[in-house]
Amino acid sequence: MRPDLEIIQQWIKPGHHVLDLGCGDGTLLDYLQRERRATGFGLEINPDHITTCMNRGVAVIEQNLDTQGLDNFDDGMFDVVLMTQALQAVRRPDKVLDEMLRLGREGIVTFPNFAHWRLRWGLALSGRMPESEALPYKWYNTPNIRLCTFKDFEALCRQKGIRIKSRRVVDGQHQNSWSARLWPNLLGEIAIYRITRENEQ
Amino acid sequence: MPDSLPADSVGIVTPQSYHFDTPIELACGQKLGSYDLVVETYGELNADASNAVLICHALSGHHHAAGFHSMGDRKPGWWDSCIGPGKPIDTNRFFVVSLNNLGGCHGSTGPSSDNPATGKPFGPEFPVITVSDWVKSQALLADRLGIECWAAVVGGSLGGMQALQWSLDYPDRLRHAVVIASTPRLTAQNIAFNEVARQAITSDREFHGGRYYDFDTLPRRGLMLARMVGHITYLSDASMGEKFGRELREEAYKFGYDAEFQVESYLRYQGERFSESFDANTYLLMTRALDYFDPAYEHGGDLSRAIAAATCEFLVLSFSTDWRFTPQRSEEMVNAMISARKKVSYAEIDAPWGHDAFLIPTPRYTDVFTAYMDRVAREVGA
Repeated sequence: MRPDLEIIQQWIKPGHHVLDLGCGDGTLLDYLQRERRATGFGLEINPDHITTCMNRGVAVIEQNLDTQGLDNFDDGMFDVVLMTQALQAVRRPDKVLDEMLRLGREGIVTFPNFAHWRLRWGLALSGRMPESEALPYKWYNTPNIRLCTFKDFEALCRQKGIRIKSRRVVDGQHQNSWSARLWPNLLGEIAIYRITRENEQ
Repeated sequence: MPDSLPADSVGIVTPQSYHFDTPIELACGQKLGSYDLVVETYGELNADASNAVLICHALSGHHHAAGFHSMGDRKPGWWDSCIGPGKPIDTNRFFVVSLNNLGGCHGSTGPSSDNPATGKPFGPEFPVITVSDWVKSQALLADRLGIECWAAVVGGSLGGMQALQWSLDYPDRLRHAVVIASTPRLTAQNIAFNEVARQAITSDREFHGGRYYDFDTLPRRGLMLARMVGHITYLSDASMGEKFGRELREEAYKFGYDAEFQVESYLRYQGERFSESFDANTYLLMTRALDYFDPAYEHGGDLSRAIAAATCEFLVLSFSTDWRFTPQRSEEMVNAMISARKKVSYAEIDAPWGHDAFLIPTPRYTDVFTAYMDRVAREVGA
């Protein structure tokens, strides 16, 4: 299993009701259903991913976060709301974070770090928008329209009264590395945040 | 007619009639003492009877959903695009049951059948049937066929309403409900179109208060108009535009009121053909069943409370240009299922064909439907 999913599944308790925003081909939900007896839904807009989800028995709803929002979900109806590698692709990440913590007691968010040294180095050296394994697109066709750094994200959480319960910083292969732990905003490529409202335990 | 049968066809099929003589109590309070249901089946029921799929038909549908009745048939059954070997509802894996509903006019007991009490056709004496009544009669058919639990109950439009009703009335007797191009209730606009259709029929001089059989005539004109207006609601502006545009039958305007545009002659042709083959009283009955359908009604209008009874999994599909039962109506259903914590998957299929899209095998529709049914088959070991 993908190492980031390995980390996330440890935070899902048996029987948890889970919402996965941008669930892709349903790998994570499928795993959580089988191994954690979790229930819940994935939201997705990619037709091929939706088909795959349906075929593997993952409940998937075709719904676009940007245009349709999440109004159709009730307050507090999920234990955990997940969003892996999609926060940087939505129009208003700040509002999505609010919605995640309206629907769930806890949120789990992963995204690529735009302050990773290789991206900084690439921009400094070539003067062109950086590309990497985690961000393989050109500036004009990238779905990643809201890139941020770990520091940016954490500042936004502070501003919104969101508490970070834990953070794991990993490299491009989602492996834990001592360097990423040492200097995350420079050496970490992807972060996995576990967040909640200040007043939640 | 097909010179040879297509490889992905269920082939030549023969309908079978089942007689029931235990009275069935209907939602309207009346009882039907005895009745027949005409049924077609495709594929084989497996040893533990776990691979059965029920097909529920829409307004003008019937039991002949797939295959051919004879080598002389011009067209296969109405849902042949989705039922057959290797098709979304794969008859190599599933045992498919398709019936003509009670009140129909294709062999099952309906207004045009003889009333045993009088020896004459029921006509207007035939009770108004609801979606719940249909589901009840389908459950009795399942008993007769030895099917304790359907792998899936599947339907489009009015058929989707039956699939939804199944999940509420007999939650233990289906594993999946597939609800396509449907709605949890008709809107005022939907009912209005039905009313125009009914008025067209009942105001036809040949209708005779529904006793036209006794006068050896048919309300052809009324039924034709009803079908014409209905047909418009099944298509989209774009698909009609693409099919007919403003094309004229001849080169120039004739400054009269005959059918000059292609679309006019098409509608007239469709209406006329329909008026010869469909019973007017059945049309009234079917449109009324549509109007009355509203499972949330008994729960203070709260659909999620109505759906709380369901235990099956749901697949809901809608079509982008369907303006009869829009994607928003399907999403209402999906949202109620989400609120009720039911397992539901939903896709809106981009297709230009309006409401009729559920009968047309566009690639994404076929992909999604196949993927879901493949999983249902694996789940029941088919």
